[in-house]
Amino acid sequence: MYKPSEDVVARDVQGEFIIIPITSGAGDLEDEIYSLNETGRAIWEKLDGKKTLKDAVRELVSDFEGDGAEIEKDVSGLLGELLKRKMIVKISKS
Amino acid sequence: MREEPYVSPWIIHKSDLLKKKKPILSRLDIELTERCNNNCAHCYINLPKDDREAARKELSTAQWKGILKEAAGLGCMSVRFTGGEPLLREDFEELYVFARKAGLMVLVFTNAALITPRLAGLFKRIPPLEKIEVTVYGMSKGAYEAATRTDGSFEAAWHGINLLLRNRIPFVVKGALLSFNEREMDEFEKWAAAIPWMHGRSPAYSMFFNLRGRRDGRKNELIKKLRPAPEEGLRIFARRKEDYVKGMKEFCSKFMRVSGDRLFSCGAGRGGCVDAYGFFQPCMLLRHPDTVYNLAGGSLEDALVNFFPKIRGMKAVNPEYLSRCARCFLKGLCEQCPAKSWMEHGTLDTPVEYFCGVAHAQARFFGLLKERENAWEVRDWEERLDSFVKSGQEARCGSKN
Repeated sequence: MYKPSEDVVARDVQGEFIIIPITSGAGDLEDEIYSLNETGRAIWEKLDGKKTLKDAVRELVSDFEGDGAEIEKDVSGLLGELLKRKMIVKISKS
Repeated sequence: MREEPYVSPWIIHKSDLLKKKKPILSRLDIELTERCNNNCAHCYINLPKDDREAARKELSTAQWKGILKEAAGLGCMSVRFTGGEPLLREDFEELYVFARKAGLMVLVFTNAALITPRLAGLFKRIPPLEKIEVTVYGMSKGAYEAATRTDGSFEAAWHGINLLLRNRIPFVVKGALLSFNEREMDEFEKWAAAIPWMHGRSPAYSMFFNLRGRRDGRKNELIKKLRPAPEEGLRIFARRKEDYVKGMKEFCSKFMRVSGDRLFSCGAGRGGCVDAYGFFQPCMLLRHPDTVYNLAGGSLEDALVNFFPKIRGMKAVNPEYLSRCARCFLKGLCEQCPAKSWMEHGTLDTPVEYFCGVAHAQARFFGLLKERENAWEVRDWEERLDSFVKSGQEARCGSKN
């Protein structure tokens, strides 16, 4: 399970979804504020520290009536990017 | 395959937020206090640091937090903490952390003298996400303290600046040009260019000082004495003549026009400044009572949606303004605005002779005006402007330099 890091704050400003680092070292040093695209935002909102990844994917498949394998690939891709930038933390396996 | 990255660097000036999807409030200035640890004679705002009456009237920590929270809720991305000296507020750290945790970028204006190792540590741990701006009054103790009129301020400021440097906290510097420090300009600029976050650029200067925003007549007389004559200011602008003329050609090609009777052609009222006592002003300098909104009985949103648009629609009625400023094409060069009129004359639409003189001196230097010609009487200004912008610079400029 994953959840947003306490070292960042997410804001929706006029439909633009922005991740702003609070502490130094969240994000990377060159570009400190990030925006998520629509897919990224939908996935981010499932990362509440309570759902397993399987649950998150299942909900996304249902919400978007999408292809499970494709969505799983998107989730995996985004998690990699968010972890690299320390924007989310892993709180247990799965 | 996804067509775009899930996560992209977000750059405020490239974002749609400043273009088509602009929120009600993008940026907010916050004057945490009018008090200052320095006592600069040229300052438009400073009160003594131990002014208890001023401190008593200032907004509380909880009130400032309420304003910051509302600002973030309206889509604001960046707040500027200024003063006075904002670091004088005992709750500065608390307000700074609150603003950052609300997802706001924070720009701090300071003289750096109150930066402690603890505060530098905080800026390092929780970065402001905007470069701190430090005003430097001189490179020597004599010049610096002649400007600040405060013993020990030189050592304190350089201690603070060195803390920023040692902790690699991004900052830029700017100057206030006074007779005391003018001979140190070259040294200041050389030092400033070496600061990593200045990227080799020269610092900005204030020189044509504003009068007191609270219209303090006695102090205003002193500020007037510290202002350079327009020709003297021009001489300083033109120290690097080629760069100056090149930059001004670009500037003039974009901003020179006749403004007519509309008082506000700037961004005043699209954002604004909350003063130390909870009054929301359309800009940092405009304190005319008819143009400020008392947040005690309302909200930022109400001011931005219902009050400031009426202010922005105001038109000049002063016949002198209408016959001069409203017909003058030097709008871009001239600092005339309702705030300057307020500070100088207590009205919104009275021509300010000093800024008029500065604009005319520059226009003559560029060949846009002849000697003793008034810009508001020129009819062929578009041709003259076109000729200046397109011409070889050196041939046209500078009988006065």
